[in-house]
Amino acid sequence: MENSFIIQIDHLTKRFPVGKGYFTALKDISLSFGRGEFAGLVGPSGSGKTTMLNIMGSLDSPSQGTARVMGQSVSELSHKDSARLRNRHIGFIFQTFNLLPVYTVFDNVEFALLLQKIPSARRKKMVMDALEWVGLTDKAHSRPNMLSGGESQRVAIARAIVKKPEILLADEPTANLDAENSHHILRTMQKLNEQLKTTFLFATHDEKVMQYLKRKISLRDGRVEKDEVAETINL
Amino acid sequence: MGAGLRTWLNVGVLSFAFVVIIFYNGMIDGWNRQARHDTRGWEVGAGQLWHPEYDRYDPFSFEEAHAELSPDMQPLIKRDVLVPVLLEQATMYPQGRMQGVVLKGIRADQKLLKLPTGALKSKDDGVLIGKRMARSARLQTGDRLLVRWRDKNGTFDAREFTIARIFDSNVPTIDNGQIWLSLERLQEMTGKVNEATYLVASDAYEPTDKGIWEFKDLDYLLADLDAIIQSKKGGGMIGYILLLIIALLAIFDTQVLSVFRRQREIGTYIALGMTRWQVVKIFTVEGSAHSILAALLATVYGIPLFLYLDHTGLSFAMAENTDITIADTIYPYYSLGLIVSTVVLVVVSATVVSYLPARKITKMKPTDALKGKLQ
Ligand SMILES: Nc1ncnc2c1ncn2[C@@H]1O[C@H](COP(=O)(O)OP(=O)(O)O)[C@@H](O)[C@H]1O
Ligand SMILES: [Mg+2]
Repeated sequence: MENSFIIQIDHLTKRFPVGKGYFTALKDISLSFGRGEFAGLVGPSGSGKTTMLNIMGSLDSPSQGTARVMGQSVSELSHKDSARLRNRHIGFIFQTFNLLPVYTVFDNVEFALLLQKIPSARRKKMVMDALEWVGLTDKAHSRPNMLSGGESQRVAIARAIVKKPEILLADEPTANLDAENSHHILRTMQKLNEQLKTTFLFATHDEKVMQYLKRKISLRDGRVEKDEVAETINL
Repeated sequence: MGAGLRTWLNVGVLSFAFVVIIFYNGMIDGWNRQARHDTRGWEVGAGQLWHPEYDRYDPFSFEEAHAELSPDMQPLIKRDVLVPVLLEQATMYPQGRMQGVVLKGIRADQKLLKLPTGALKSKDDGVLIGKRMARSARLQTGDRLLVRWRDKNGTFDAREFTIARIFDSNVPTIDNGQIWLSLERLQEMTGKVNEATYLVASDAYEPTDKGIWEFKDLDYLLADLDAIIQSKKGGGMIGYILLLIIALLAIFDTQVLSVFRRQREIGTYIALGMTRWQVVKIFTVEGSAHSILAALLATVYGIPLFLYLDHTGLSFAMAENTDITIADTIYPYYSLGLIVSTVVLVVVSATVVSYLPARKITKMKPTDALKGKLQ
């Protein structure tokens, strides 16, 4: 049973030091995600979505309880192992795109593969495949500052997906995009989810994103309020 | 200030430090080479054989420091392999004034040293003096000069000489307070027949059984010169070290700013699977790349400058009044060692000042870095 979940959160509490005391951002959360899910944490700003996503991405660790990602407890990972977990198995997509400005689109997408020391010919093919998935092969040699917001986020998706990670974490991926671009990237992610069986986890308060989610977990004040299978739009 | 402008400012200052360091040391090394070359050619040859009592800084030692030249030295002297020099303390009276001098007897037909001793042949009472001596005693070619010395028995004797030639040498130690005259004449004047105080050796000389004479090699004879020139090197170092420090501080400051400004990028690197130490490495390499760029920029304007100076030299005509051996024009000498050690010094120090601020990254929380909210 345990192994069929790619992420398992068990009685997780997260506190941040604030002044002399603590602020509890997540309170006793238990959740699990299976392979290939297309799920989202939804809720108002400050409800703990980003904090949750960061812990699942092993960028942060629980104050209490456990978070197991790919069978490994994130609080027990060394710096090196957690970097390796992110590099091989987790892709991130940010609200602000976070492309590396001095590199080309191609270099940005190639970055994670360089860390994995994949040989150059194979790297090149993987990067071009990823750019094809997001429909940006013609922009391979552009610099990020030449791209529109929608294009930038598509590059970020290519960068996250190029290594074929098991998990893709997207924090407010549409917050800086207009409606058309939002739908475009969501359809792209939906397609990748179906074709590559990548698990997609979103943190969002955008209605447009919610339309696509197959599972919606509502957070409020650091607690799970609702966890429901959702009606989705199918394309 | 934009990051691009800042980078080029840092690179510019650092490249200037490069050029100044290499230029200054190149000048000193060029001076050193010329001074050694001149001193060999005019004074010390390939080494000297000294009478055991001889002390070049103590004129009173000259009284005892003389000995007869053995018969087996004669063929070497004939062939200019050894050039004997006899010293005698004396007093001269240029235009009625009185001044202590050292009389130096040398064979008129020697060719080993650059001294124009040929001029001693023509006139019976001819002597040579250097340009510094001529200036300080206000003497000119053809002037008559009264000289007084003590003979073998300690009684005073005097004679008038004619200035046969004033020579122009960069070596003050054969010039100031010295009168060069024919060896035979000085031997006859002092009664020290067939004697000398020291002998200058040529490259052909092989130290064999030298009797009482002590061989002094070039390292010994040029040690003082080296020390003076090295001390000049140390003096100039303060200037360019200051320049280098300014450049390094600028790089340090840029690094602090860039670690602060680029938090989100740092967070992204970590999210992409780099360890924090790998990110530190990226920033350190980036910072030290300033020094590589500076080295390249320095070659762009430094090489033409160095080649030009190598061609024309740098005029030091004013320096001829000093007591240090220095040519009117110095041709800098840029050794591979100088260039390599300068590059290593600059690159290593730039890497260190780039590393120190970048190390802060290891203390960052990646989640905070991604939010870009660290102070
Ligand atoms: N590093 C931190 N230090 C202190 N408080 C934090 C920190 N990170 C998040 N919080 C707080 O935790 C709560 C949840 O934050 P977050 O997970 O970013 O919410 P969301 O992504 O749902 O908007 C917020 O009230 C926020 O102020
Ligand atoms: Mg958030």
